[in-house]
Amino acid sequence: MLYSEKVLDHFTNPRNVGEIADADGVGEVGNAKCGDIMRMYLKIDGNVITDVKFKTFGCGAAIATSSMATELIKGATIDDALKLSNKAVVEALDGLPTSKIHCSVLAEQAIKSALSDYYTRQGIDPEPIVGPIGECEACH
Amino acid sequence: MSKHYVYADNAATTPISKEVLDAMMPWLTEGYGNASSIYAKGREAGFALVKARQQVADVLNCKPGEIYFTGCGSESDNWALKGTMHKLAAKGKKHLITTVFEHHAILHTAAALEKEGFEVTYLPVYENGIIHLDDLKAAIRPDTALVSVMFANNEIGTIQPIAEIGAICKEAGVLFHTDAVQAIGHVRIDVKAMNIDMLSLSGHKFHAPKGVGALYVRQGSIVLPNLIDGGGQEKGRRAGTENVASIVGMGVAIEAAHRDLEANAAKALAMRERLIDAALQIPHSRLNGDRTQRLPGNANISFEGVEGEALLLMLDNEGIAASSGSACTSGSLDPSHVLLSIGMPHEVAHGSLRISFSEMNTEEDVDQIIEALPKVIGRLREMSPVWERILQDDQASNN
Repeated sequence: MLYSEKVLDHFTNPRNVGEIADADGVGEVGNAKCGDIMRMYLKIDGNVITDVKFKTFGCGAAIATSSMATELIKGATIDDALKLSNKAVVEALDGLPTSKIHCSVLAEQAIKSALSDYYTRQGIDPEPIVGPIGECEACH
Repeated sequence: MSKHYVYADNAATTPISKEVLDAMMPWLTEGYGNASSIYAKGREAGFALVKARQQVADVLNCKPGEIYFTGCGSESDNWALKGTMHKLAAKGKKHLITTVFEHHAILHTAAALEKEGFEVTYLPVYENGIIHLDDLKAAIRPDTALVSVMFANNEIGTIQPIAEIGAICKEAGVLFHTDAVQAIGHVRIDVKAMNIDMLSLSGHKFHAPKGVGALYVRQGSIVLPNLIDGGGQEKGRRAGTENVASIVGMGVAIEAAHRDLEANAAKALAMRERLIDAALQIPHSRLNGDRTQRLPGNANISFEGVEGEALLLMLDNEGIAASSGSACTSGSLDPSHVLLSIGMPHEVAHGSLRISFSEMNTEEDVDQIIEALPKVIGRLREMSPVWERILQDDQASNN
């Protein structure tokens, strides 16, 4: 298993680890049985994600993709965050081994799940905006 | 950070010892003759093979003619299982008994045999990672050709009651093979006293190089079909020019391992015990497999709320090389079949750590691991939502 330097850097020094006590949206995806759980906390001001933190149980790639995904959406608009694909996370990490691609999918889903929670808290149906979050294919 | 590198994954492979390398070097340089050649350079290589075969036979307490050199443990396992089943199928014996937690060299071979139409019974191993002899007795049928039970498990190090299994198989008139890849060099093995008909071993687990192994086949038990047709090497059953240097290395390595076995085992065991005691001080941790009936250097511990591969990467950053049964290191999505076989839940199996010492490790290595473990586990737990839940459950049950 060969990880890129960027993956190892984000694993060893993960950015944005932690919680946001007064988060505007929290999302959790994955399950412990599969070996990966990602939880993401968002602080949102208007249309901008002003802060983001994560907690992850999982392998090196799961931690690195969580870290990179939070970096990519911090300060971004909700629209841009919703557009963030797992592919973009993989590219930003200079690639992932094939067997670890599902970790990047999980990162994308964690963001969408947190944004869904944000809309739900606002009394807005998240489905038309966020779309289906889907499930980790690996768990089936 | 002035850390030295701690290699604690000797169940995966071992470094070649100086004694072994010194014995090999002449055969990699001036001793390049083909052992089948008639002239002096060939004859010398041939004699070197004779000596190495004797060294392996002496350790197992068998005749040199019962040792076949192979390329690795997996090859030996494949040959023993497929060879035996294919041969005895002609006598109507189509049943194989093995265990659920064998190495994949056995399990995947058994699965391939099932596809061919053979029937396989997989014995359970229970929480301590050891089979029940009554299960074996009950599983033996009139059409059972072979029982294959590993001597010691590669992940949790548990040692099976091999002599008792041998006695049961002998009485039932069933052949008995054991994959002793992890055990050789660490525990005394006597194929005669233990009634072992076939035994697989691999050189690189006891300080010989990779790419060389052996299969013991008791004379009078079975004549296995040829594995490789070709020249007359290995009685014509496993053709191909012999890897003289590696075979010489394996001979010297196995002799050395048995010469120093008690001292080496005592040293590895003391290190393992100190590590286990320290690791179990970490909350929500547990030892996997029987505490005493296990290989001297093996410690397999699960830490709840962390994932094994992340743990290995963090330990690597601390200069420590170890192994895990997590799905992420197995290349599949399921955690180790060994840990699941002893009844461990998936989520806990993901957080397992295997440390395997050899006599080349030092007490300083143990110190370094003991110092690093709580630190890296603490770091991973800090960012783990699973750990958060475990703590909440703890608080709830304390209130």
